[in-house]
Amino acid sequence: MKKYDVVMIGGGHNGLVAACYLQRAGLDVLVLEKNDWVGGAATSRELTPGFLYSNCSYVCSLFRPEIMRDLELPKHGLQVIAYEGGAVFTRDGDYIASYRDHDSHRREFARYSKRDAEAYDRYARDVTRRCRFIQPLLMRTAPDPFSFKPRDISELLYLGKKFGEFSAHDMAQTLRFWTMSISDFLDEYFETDVIKAYLALSGIIGTALGPMSPGTAYVLLHHYMGEVDGSVGAWGYARGGMGAVTQALASSFQASGGTIRTGADVARVMTRSGRATGVVLADGEEVRGNLVVSNADVKRTFLKLVEEDALPETFVHRVKHFKMRGSSGKLNIALDSLPEFPALPKNSSCIRGDLHFTDSMERMERAYDDWKGGRYSADPFVDMVIPTTLDPTMAPPGKHFMSCFVQYCPPQLEGRDWTDADRDAFADTVVSQIADYSPGFRDRILHMEVRTPREIEAEVGLTEGNIFQGELTFDQLLFNRPVPGYAQYRTPVPGLYLCGSSTHPGGGVMGAPGRNAAAEILRDLKMKPAEMSPAHDVI
Amino acid sequence: MMLEMNTRRALQSHIATPRFETPFHPRIAALSETSDWYTWAGYKAPHSVFDEELEYFAIRSTAALFDISPMVKYRIAGPDAERYLNRLTVRNVAKLGTGRVHYTAWCDDHGHVLDDGTLFRLAPDTFRLCCQERHLPWLLDSAIGFDVEIEEETMQIAGLALQGPTSFAVLCKAGFDGIERLKPFQLADFAHDGGTVTISRTGFTGDLGYELFVPAEAALSLWDRLWAAGQLHGIRAIGYAALNRARIEAGFIVANADFMTAETTLRADRARMPDEIGLDWLVDAEKPNFNGRKAILEARRNQTLKHVLVGLEIEGNIPADGAIVYHRKKHEAGLVSAAIWSPLAKRNIAIASLTRPYGTRLNEDLWVEIYALRELQYQKMMKRARIVPRPFIKLDRRAASPPAQF
Repeated sequence: MKKYDVVMIGGGHNGLVAACYLQRAGLDVLVLEKNDWVGGAATSRELTPGFLYSNCSYVCSLFRPEIMRDLELPKHGLQVIAYEGGAVFTRDGDYIASYRDHDSHRREFARYSKRDAEAYDRYARDVTRRCRFIQPLLMRTAPDPFSFKPRDISELLYLGKKFGEFSAHDMAQTLRFWTMSISDFLDEYFETDVIKAYLALSGIIGTALGPMSPGTAYVLLHHYMGEVDGSVGAWGYARGGMGAVTQALASSFQASGGTIRTGADVARVMTRSGRATGVVLADGEEVRGNLVVSNADVKRTFLKLVEEDALPETFVHRVKHFKMRGSSGKLNIALDSLPEFPALPKNSSCIRGDLHFTDSMERMERAYDDWKGGRYSADPFVDMVIPTTLDPTMAPPGKHFMSCFVQYCPPQLEGRDWTDADRDAFADTVVSQIADYSPGFRDRILHMEVRTPREIEAEVGLTEGNIFQGELTFDQLLFNRPVPGYAQYRTPVPGLYLCGSSTHPGGGVMGAPGRNAAAEILRDLKMKPAEMSPAHDVI
Repeated sequence: MMLEMNTRRALQSHIATPRFETPFHPRIAALSETSDWYTWAGYKAPHSVFDEELEYFAIRSTAALFDISPMVKYRIAGPDAERYLNRLTVRNVAKLGTGRVHYTAWCDDHGHVLDDGTLFRLAPDTFRLCCQERHLPWLLDSAIGFDVEIEEETMQIAGLALQGPTSFAVLCKAGFDGIERLKPFQLADFAHDGGTVTISRTGFTGDLGYELFVPAEAALSLWDRLWAAGQLHGIRAIGYAALNRARIEAGFIVANADFMTAETTLRADRARMPDEIGLDWLVDAEKPNFNGRKAILEARRNQTLKHVLVGLEIEGNIPADGAIVYHRKKHEAGLVSAAIWSPLAKRNIAIASLTRPYGTRLNEDLWVEIYALRELQYQKMMKRARIVPRPFIKLDRRAASPPAQF
């Protein structure tokens, strides 16, 4: 039986990124994917003829350009199209838009408050300052403060030096920022509720916390540190949907000689003398490998795929308590025509960006209250985009694909499992909300895919349907992600590595965990990557 | 406070014109031969109107009209206005009489300059602050505890600079009786179009000149009044390129060109104290309270000021914008932020920021490295630079009272 150098569990974007780097370095890599398609949570599937859905993740900004370059992803079909701004609809029939143009953006805010209009620059500057600190850390393995290896000490010194570049005032601000709530943070800049509600979105997305929960300010930052071709903070659509990211990765991987097996569900990691030696598939087939890398989240990997007796007790305890709570759902809708939003001016660019309906912080927090009670939000927060306004490849001409990210949506309903009827009722809540602002919306719907945490976990394998493979709060970042002492992609099982979003620097379609994991694996093998660009300079 | 729904809706259409037009735009557009526009604070503004070179000479030889409407304007009024501005700005506002203008700056708590600008005392309790950047949150937060109203009035007030040796003659001809009594930095209201125009003897050229402020509705009639009066006095409309040359000769600095304003910097080391950008003379250390005072005085006492802004005279005639300044041709000493060949001084001049002790203790043996791109090849030159006082030119006509007819 063939023995691979590396067996990768899961063909999500991070698994594929790591697989590409390892294959290119000269290893023989096999990617095992349980579904009949690769992509994990970055997929584009045709569930109704002529329409491609970005089934899970739906916009792109965080994916590191260094990785796109190293793995030649544009050559393999990846193109990200930046979009401009977006809007929140207000209940009184108005809206507030955000525009790429600086002065238009200011004038739009000034419609609500002259003060807030002029405060935005200060806010953007402060967020950018925080981003500039974090960004260089994305493509570096987090130092282990408990190890005294020269490399960890030098990385800690690097962190310290970066921190030292701050003024004393900035240091205090940074520490506050990492721990405060997005609501408190925004209160320091803005007076207008709808402006705060608009900006708070990035602080709660994918997170089982409300805008008033401490720690959510950092989550906002996580969504600001991406870029589209140097335009920092910009978001875009991957042409052909988010599946284009993983299709390009799969194509690049195969072009360098890698092997992908779909429909191969890993049931268990094999160990011998405490060392990983391969995996067993659900049908009992054994696949052997010198190394095993798991793209699955830390809980799925260690609570389902690895025998508990192979693991130290404290480690298992930590994994069990790693916060990975499902908080969101998703509606993917095929539309017969472009929906109309009478509140928006004709030909508004907003329709090409992200649209929301939650116009107050209180509504947002109340939506979270429902989640705490084990219910999906009666008045949910929806992040809605229509990528086909910019991407002609996802629907027939004149028809559209709409993606609705919905929060909050618990992994279980009042302690019991979701039923199909629950799921449909959840979908109706969202459709009703849209229809309130878009007359005739229901009539335009040709097909709809509804995903609660139940569907996301069942299909993608994300525990509880948590989109980040673990919440992005400060207690679960850097050398604490996923478990202190195991934040460098290695695990208590020799020969078994993690490369998914449960590891530093965390979730989003970023690719950095996969790339950093590959770097650590190659270091252990005393091999050099064929090409691994260092993080772009932040100057 | 959130604006009313109807007010908000009426303002929705702003997005149809991402570049706003100033109240004077119809006249300037009609005169524009070059169609050379740039964006100034969200407004369409002329970079040149007919010929940058000739526009400069309009400033120095006849009269030039420059639209300053995009300048950010705040009205500050109330019983505590003077006390408030004294806390806000580094200069002593108690010494600014009604009907006078002064150039000033304001700082954050660390003594870093937030902006510079001109403060107009329109009435004992009413002021107008004109500046480059927007500061409403700062101004409002600073007003806590003061009985003062602050209003942003950039859109409502149109501004024109009329600069040059015949500018006084133009205003006389236009019928602004009493204009001869205005001394430099004085202002007065004059009747215009059923209302008033506020004219101050100020400017950004170092020349004889005036600045005129009217409600936006009266902008075009003001322009027409000046234009008609100026026909025999060589009045021309000019763009920023020409004004920029004049302001460099006058040694004036521009926010976010010659220094970075503290609220816009991303990099902690880019902010500057007044003493580091040549504004030490504004700081009234005798004033018991103003924002940034403690930090500024401490930096002076402990000699921790890191930079200094200087005027340079550079040998030759190739402008040195963006050039690195060296000491002994070897050690990096600073950067040139603005440079021109000065037609009036007949010298190659520049404004530069140097890292102390260059510019304070080590003033000799300074050089600038000029990279002149000529027909796709850089001609690299190391030219000697001498620190000279600003302004680079001094014109008697600027301060003559009453001014001469030309």
